Amino acid sequence: METFQFSRPTTIGQAIQLGAKASTAQQVADVRFVAGGTTLVDLMKLNVERPRQLVDINLLPMEKIETTAEGGLVIGALARNADVARHPVVLRDYAVLSEALLSGASPQLRNMATTGGNLLQRTRCVYFRDTVHACNKREPGSGCSAIGGHNRMLAILGTSKDCIASNPSDQNVALTALEATIQVEGPRGKRTIPINDFYLLPGSTPHRETVLEPGDVIVSVTLPPPRGVKSHYLKLRDRAAYEFALASAAIVLRLNGKKIEHVRVAMGGVGTRPWRSLEAEHVLQGRTVEMETFRRAAEAALKDARPASENGFKVELAKRCLVRALVTATATA
Amino acid sequence: MMFREFVEFIKSDEGPAPSAQQREAASPSKVIGAALPRIDGPLKTTGKALYASDYNFPNMTYCVPVRATIASGKILRIDSSAAAKMPGVLLVLHHGNIMPLYRNASGGRNSENRPPFEDDTIYYWGQYVAAVVAETFEQAQAAAAAVRVDYDSQRFNVSTVLEDSLPAEGQPGGPRLLSHRGDPDAAFAAAAVKVDETYTTPVETHNPMEMHATVAVWDGEKYTLYESSQGVMNHQTVMAQVLGEPKENVEVISRFIGSGFGGKLFPWTHSAIAAAAARKLNRPVKFTLNRKMMFANVGHRPRTQQRLRLGATAEGKLVALRHDYRNHTSLGDDIRENCGEATPFLYSTANLAVTSALVRRNVGTPTPMRGPGAVPGLFALESAMDELAIKLKKDPVALRLSLDTLEDEEKKKPFSSRHLKECLQVGAEKFGWSRRTPEVGSMRKGDVILGWGVACASWGASRGASEASVSLRSDGTVRVSSGTQDIGTGTYTVMAQVVSDKTGVPIDKIEVILGSSNLPPGPTSGGSTATATIMPSVVDAVNAATKILMTVATTTKGSPFNGKDASKLMLMDGCVCEKGASSPVPFQEILKAANVGSADGRGRSGGLGADPKARDYSTHSFGAQFVEIEWDPGIARVRVSRVVSVIDGGRILNKRTATNQIAGAVVMGIGMGLLEETIYDPRNGHPINDNYADYIVPTIADTPDIDVHFLDIPDPIMGEYGIRGIGEIGLAGIAPAITAAVYHATGIRVRDLPVRIEDLLAHTGPSTKRA
Repeated sequence: METFQFSRPTTIGQAIQLGAKASTAQQVADVRFVAGGTTLVDLMKLNVERPRQLVDINLLPMEKIETTAEGGLVIGALARNADVARHPVVLRDYAVLSEALLSGASPQLRNMATTGGNLLQRTRCVYFRDTVHACNKREPGSGCSAIGGHNRMLAILGTSKDCIASNPSDQNVALTALEATIQVEGPRGKRTIPINDFYLLPGSTPHRETVLEPGDVIVSVTLPPPRGVKSHYLKLRDRAAYEFALASAAIVLRLNGKKIEHVRVAMGGVGTRPWRSLEAEHVLQGRTVEMETFRRAAEAALKDARPASENGFKVELAKRCLVRALVTATATA
Repeated sequence: MMFREFVEFIKSDEGPAPSAQQREAASPSKVIGAALPRIDGPLKTTGKALYASDYNFPNMTYCVPVRATIASGKILRIDSSAAAKMPGVLLVLHHGNIMPLYRNASGGRNSENRPPFEDDTIYYWGQYVAAVVAETFEQAQAAAAAVRVDYDSQRFNVSTVLEDSLPAEGQPGGPRLLSHRGDPDAAFAAAAVKVDETYTTPVETHNPMEMHATVAVWDGEKYTLYESSQGVMNHQTVMAQVLGEPKENVEVISRFIGSGFGGKLFPWTHSAIAAAAARKLNRPVKFTLNRKMMFANVGHRPRTQQRLRLGATAEGKLVALRHDYRNHTSLGDDIRENCGEATPFLYSTANLAVTSALVRRNVGTPTPMRGPGAVPGLFALESAMDELAIKLKKDPVALRLSLDTLEDEEKKKPFSSRHLKECLQVGAEKFGWSRRTPEVGSMRKGDVILGWGVACASWGASRGASEASVSLRSDGTVRVSSGTQDIGTGTYTVMAQVVSDKTGVPIDKIEVILGSSNLPPGPTSGGSTATATIMPSVVDAVNAATKILMTVATTTKGSPFNGKDASKLMLMDGCVCEKGASSPVPFQEILKAANVGSADGRGRSGGLGADPKARDYSTHSFGAQFVEIEWDPGIARVRVSRVVSVIDGGRILNKRTATNQIAGAVVMGIGMGLLEETIYDPRNGHPINDNYADYIVPTIADTPDIDVHFLDIPDPIMGEYGIRGIGEIGLAGIAPAITAAVYHATGIRVRDLPVRIEDLLAHTGPSTKRA
């Protein structure tokens, strides 16, 4: 870890001002906002992140969880994962988010990790996290050690010749299926970004992960009024707890009898970003609930999968994950 | 190390036969076997127990190493000019400026024979090439990152395929014949039913919760080393030689250890680096390993590749058993993983051979890990037995029962106490084995398929020489001490129990002092031998102290026993009393009346080798492991749901700490069976998953219902109490019972640990085998 300046603004405006001095809001940022610190501090200890200045945003008024006039829910960026997961409205209307949050990390981490911070959770690729090895995400242009290396955990969808790092978040998979929007305040004012437009594919610039610019503060995440009455988050991994997903699936849907009227499908552990599958949704939309349809949806979702040397099994595992999540989601009351 | 080697290691310090007369075993009091909580528990739960890195001294400095980023080659240049100018930096040590450090040749055992910074050669990724010492840990860490090292990188080998061509059996570097009887090859060729399979176990990293650390203090004449050590006496013996000092100038302190699993048996190179830095700076130095270093610098369970050949008659008589194995070792040290530990005697067979070979890899030196040899060896042997049972269409428990023997056919001696049969029978009963249907996938529970598997366990039993000291004190307390240590298993507690048993003084009046090389020489906590080794000395010390007490009682004016025959007096319930008479007197009253502070006794005991009776027997512990897994084929999920572990480990001193040991070992076995593998990147030799997120161990959520049962049968050869050891045997047999259960549920036989989702996906759909 390197020496850094530390400031604690009390207004969003102050935070924006401090953050705006950064050269970038992406990897190699010289100014970083810190909330729960569960990813950033780790990466600083590993010398993967070397900010010159840390801006502690924990004093900003962004921790509330409130219903909107339209029947949606606004989750403050500083709301802790543990609090969101146990919130009565989340449990009632957005159970998939609660399930996803509780399947991630450990109770201690969930007590610290925030909604906004989790949106920016970094990959667990071993090469990204060790400065000895080449990594285009950490050091643009240095190469990708994961391709041809230890890549069992890494992505099979959305990869490029420069990066195959997987997005590790559970929360963001559920938020994607819920079609959440992200409220950002920055030097040029306020804006709202649909979650599906928030993340970038790695392409030739894997160090750029989101559309955020210097000074942009995520202030909240808004969930639209609940559209599905059935939902489920299923996470598959080697052990039973405290591990990142090999494959996960978030399903939100509404049935009319046996007919699927509305469906949103997102996957985790397999994509370079939280992975919305329009292909699966297209197969499912308007069909009746049956195994054959689920299986076809899964095939469609993984059609473009490009596995690396060690993670070929994820293609089949992700399909089974999706099928089982659909079975469970359609079976729940 | 091989258990056999471990026994030789502890025998090398073999003392004379016990000084006090061996007493005939009296029935122990209720304190023996009681489920007492750890006496050191409150210290640990309140944070008062000091572990190695908890020691802080004025003027402390902090040492952070620089590690090689190649797996083989030479250091061309170390540029520490930038680092040396950074804030707080005091010293940058490397092979160019380190004080002389020596190899040890005069007893004791080191881990890596090569002292740190001996020359400019790199043998494995992560090897220490320099060390920065600074005023703060952060300063040292930042400066270590600023040290530039140029290398001449050379060819290296970290391959997991151990098929290297080797000289012929018996030639230098070739396979060694470790056991042989009859004609196994001819018998195998002629056998009606055969199993011929190869099994592999991966590199496993010990990963105790507490990482290794040394706090080194140099006072101008002597070193004090605060360590996380499983053997303070050995650590002192070795470090005195490494540092070139007489033994009395090195004191090793290790009061509490956050477990070791074998990884802390022998000193590692950080200890010498910290000591050398402390001497150079004349200031205390703290060197704490981080989790990454735990994977490269302090040993591992080496990879094994084992070919098993079993030949049987159609009725199931075992006519041939051949176990040929290889394990990897480092370039500098020959570490033989004794996979054939249990093979020669576990089952009755007339024709048998065990061979062992080493292949070299650019990895750190392997070191014993819980049940070294036997645990990976039994994975192979017990897997092969399960495969044999299936070929014979016999129940795997019934097959093993039919092959049981009460004679060690290797040594041609009876076992001192072997109850493998009872382990299998009791386990089968508790597990409900009779309800098992043998067809693959035939048992269900709700939506999941159940798999049931069984395997036998074995681990050697021995004890070495030791000494202990006991003081009966005039404040009514008893102090017992020895230069052994408690690695978290309960040594403090069971020593207090034995003193309580012998004196009648309650546990809370007994003080146990361990973990210093200045104490009477005690055993290394390894090989499951510490408890059996130390207790005869504790008993001897109690007797010696009691003898002094009785002398005081019979020679002090005013003592009710003044002038009596000391041999007629006894210590009971903490009181001195005359045999056959009433009016007992608390022992402290006797001491107070005589103005004697304490009655002190020194106890000694020889090891098993000093006991002529022991030579006629083979001593081992046994066990049977029953495992249930739940298999959900739709999502290729396997979870262990139930384990019954029945252990024949001699007399159990403390049911609670013993159960904890076995249950903990079962959890570790789940890690071995399903999760753990240290992966070396073949492109650079880096153990690439060197952290707790990528090297996964079981969590509480992975911990099944575990039923631990002890037969609790004292071993007549293992001292007065009949104690064997239970530190390791709980892990033996778990992994093969898991893979047997996986087969029973899925029909997939996994011969390469760990069982992975990718192995099982083949069950109901297309799969891509991992690289």
